[in-house]
Amino acid sequence: MTGPVTPPVTPPVTRTGGRPVVEVRDVRREFVVHRSAGGFRRTRHRVAAVDGVSFTISRGECVGYIGANGAGKSTTIKMLTGILVPTSGSLQVCGLEPTRQRARLARRIGAVFGQRSQLWWDLPLRDSFRLLGAVHRLPREAWETRRDECVELLDMGPFLDTPVRQLSLGQRMRGEVTAALLHSPDLLLLDEPTIGLDLLSKESLRSFLVRERRERGTTILLTTHDLPDIERLCERLLVVDHGQLVFDGPLAGLVSRVGAERVVVVDLAGPGPPLADIPGTTLRSVEADGMRQHLAFRPDETTAADVVAAVAARVPLRDLTVTEPDIEDVVRRLYTS
Amino acid sequence: MAEPTVAAAYRQIVRSRVAAQASYRTSFAVEVVSQVFIVLVEFVEVYAVFHQVDDLGGFDFAEVSLIYGLSVLSFGIADLVVGHLDQLPFYVRTGTFDALLLRPLSPLGQLVTSDFSLRRLGRVGTGIAVLAVALVAVDVDWTPARVLLAVVTPLAGAVIFSAIFVATSTIGFWVVEGMEFTNAFTYGGNYLSSFPFTVFGTAIRRFFTFVLPIGFVAYLPTLALLGRPEPFGWPDWLSWSSLPVAAVAGWLSLLIWRTGLRRYVGTGS
Repeated sequence: MTGPVTPPVTPPVTRTGGRPVVEVRDVRREFVVHRSAGGFRRTRHRVAAVDGVSFTISRGECVGYIGANGAGKSTTIKMLTGILVPTSGSLQVCGLEPTRQRARLARRIGAVFGQRSQLWWDLPLRDSFRLLGAVHRLPREAWETRRDECVELLDMGPFLDTPVRQLSLGQRMRGEVTAALLHSPDLLLLDEPTIGLDLLSKESLRSFLVRERRERGTTILLTTHDLPDIERLCERLLVVDHGQLVFDGPLAGLVSRVGAERVVVVDLAGPGPPLADIPGTTLRSVEADGMRQHLAFRPDETTAADVVAAVAARVPLRDLTVTEPDIEDVVRRLYTS
Repeated sequence: MAEPTVAAAYRQIVRSRVAAQASYRTSFAVEVVSQVFIVLVEFVEVYAVFHQVDDLGGFDFAEVSLIYGLSVLSFGIADLVVGHLDQLPFYVRTGTFDALLLRPLSPLGQLVTSDFSLRRLGRVGTGIAVLAVALVAVDVDWTPARVLLAVVTPLAGAVIFSAIFVATSTIGFWVVEGMEFTNAFTYGGNYLSSFPFTVFGTAIRRFFTFVLPIGFVAYLPTLALLGRPEPFGWPDWLSWSSLPVAAVAGWLSLLIWRTGLRRYVGTGS
């Protein structure tokens, strides 16, 4: 879960005048749950899965929607797609009211939910795409162009004629993403798109999504537990906890707010003494007689450059890497702070 | 090129479902034959009864066969078109139903076209055969109105059974194990509809005519075809009313379905 932060791609298509793609205002969603109260008695409780959430997403943004399991992520996505109606508050997606205009909205958004496959289990991807083209009432040349583009970029040629039930998870996910994009939606909703994928599949999917944004200005909202997903794709994070929005801003801002530590890993030319007194750092660990040392620092107290300069002034330096805080760790600190 | 229509979307889905089943030719043939066999075994039951008695509730063998033929054909068509709606609880549990809501088509339309079991054609075909033989065997004073009634009745019956399928499968939005509930009404209704209602008590006759309109599938139209008054004094026009009753039942079932869908989306509670 570590690695240097690559700057997120800013899409060329940013329309400032138009309405936001997503407008969520003070949305609350309650569920009735029954709890056993001894014997056969049961009591009814109203539990708010989403509790007064507000945010807007502009055209072309890519937003990471982060939170622990049960924090209210899926409920929010269901409300955005019109599968679930909010108990109170207002919600607009692509200028439409999701539950009331669900069918119209379905032609403007694409969604990839883990268990909610858009593919036909017993058909090859090629046939599923053809049917989805018909379902979305697309002219043949429109969906065929789009399909060919996705098939090439996601390298789906070798398994395009294999029944979906025989595909690997990575192959199927590529098919799902194509299915969600076949009608060129304005908004793409992704629920844990890289979960369970191997490193190579993850990276090829991320590159594809980066390109999709750059070429078409598609707005993306994704939930993930994967820090590299966020680093590569999102310039903005929404963090939910217990149904409430606890953070809205860039990844870097979140890290500084919770005071999460970055770590400089230095490789020395030879064995050296523990670097316990570099200003602004704490020595996390020492490996191989001091040839590799981990120095943690808070970004608001010092910089990686200063730390490296201080180390280089003391001992001969061979190599270094800077690692970012783990997303789970960052979010956990946010909850406890 | 113009934008394709909704009808074209459904047509493509149904075609792909049919093609998927046709690719398993042997199992398809076996299933069709077994459907035919089931209907014939049921019919043997009717025959066996008439081996013992000369009439059943005031109807002779040919007349009961007519009731049976109308019932089998009506249910066969409904089962072919909407019989798999009892799978709704499964769709809800696995999240498949959410996937349908993400597409710009009616979820009911998508469910109906999602699984077209061609093997159920066996029941439809046998129903047509039994009905044709019975229509020749019974003594009908054929008028244009009666010819029309004979053609329309199986369709009206199919709509009535379809309405029961749609209305009772809606339970799937509330109850995880809703399939048994649906089947109790649909298969139970199918069984009852193949009898002359004169063998039942008053309460049952009333319930299965005015609450669950099973009597309009076969028993009442058969009276109209035979030109016979209802033995318990119901007006004659009731025997001719299957089509409007089917229309009302179909409309009500769609209302119930929409209520269930609203409940699923959470507008209701």
